[in-house]
Amino acid sequence: MTAQAMNKTQLFLPLGIFAALVILLGVGLTLNPREVPSPLINKPAPHFELPQLHEPGKTFSEKDMLGKVWLLNVWASWCVSCREEHPVLMDLAKTGAVPIYGLNYKDERKDGIGWLQRFGDPYQLSAYDINGRVGIDYGVYGVPETYVIDKQGVIRYKRIGVVTPDILKQKILPLINELNRG
Amino acid sequence: MSSTVVKTFKALALVLLLCNPAFGREALPAAEDPVLEQRVLAISAELRCLVCQNQTIADSNAPLAIDLKNQVREKLKQGQSNSEILDFMVARYGDFVLYRPPFKASTVVLWLGPLLLLAVGLFVLFHRLVRRRAAAAAEPELSGDEHERVAKLLAAENKTEKR
Repeated sequence: MTAQAMNKTQLFLPLGIFAALVILLGVGLTLNPREVPSPLINKPAPHFELPQLHEPGKTFSEKDMLGKVWLLNVWASWCVSCREEHPVLMDLAKTGAVPIYGLNYKDERKDGIGWLQRFGDPYQLSAYDINGRVGIDYGVYGVPETYVIDKQGVIRYKRIGVVTPDILKQKILPLINELNRG
Repeated sequence: MSSTVVKTFKALALVLLLCNPAFGREALPAAEDPVLEQRVLAISAELRCLVCQNQTIADSNAPLAIDLKNQVREKLKQGQSNSEILDFMVARYGDFVLYRPPFKASTVVLWLGPLLLLAVGLFVLFHRLVRRRAAAAAEPELSGDEHERVAKLLAAENKTEKR
């Protein structure tokens, strides 16, 4: 290596390392740290049996849904993002593409019922998880969360945060179609 | 004048009284069993609060962290071991819930990356030092004549400086 060529590498090596670092950190900044891969994907939906929100005398269990592809949507009246997601679920419910069941998470019963009365109820029914125990079993940490559960009762997809029209169109609906065919 | 002093003193006493750590301490939900509480705290310090990701659930007062601490406490009361409880959490929230990531295929870079960088750095440093020494050794020695010239030049330099 000539002295000149070595000087060039010495000059540009730190610059190259710096550029690589900038790219690495830049990509890191655009990632969402809340999107933690769930270990529940492709595992059977954890068992629960909860009173229903509207009819406390009746219960709802994930076993009631065996043989159907369905959505489990975790929501609460105190959850601000749920308001943002709500119209998307209402539209989805109208199409009848998939039954949506709610998990009313750590909410007051009257608040939950009032919320649905005010904004509309996209759910077939909502299960009432007052102390958030079922939420823990489902690894819930950022309401709203949405699970796609297949006919065998296996969780196939989990969305942490708001289901946007894009995610619905590109991820959830194609998956539901595929699961319904299978 | 003296009443101001008394007032100031009283105020100071009040402040000191309020600073007493007993006031600042958090209420422990199950303080009846300090040994159990210690274990709850120890396990909680291993678990990440997913709502506030840079805290452990021991440090956090987020509702989910409190729920999880209660769950830990309940499981300890049922006689479960620490590793059983950690497994329970990982099954629900994934490895991310562990504050100390486990060593496995997907975390090899995380654990060994810094060591690798250190090794590369040491190698480069060593390589350069060896090369520099070789370059210095390769430099031709001065001949006798040249030594004389150097001595003359230095002497001349000294003279001009003194002037």
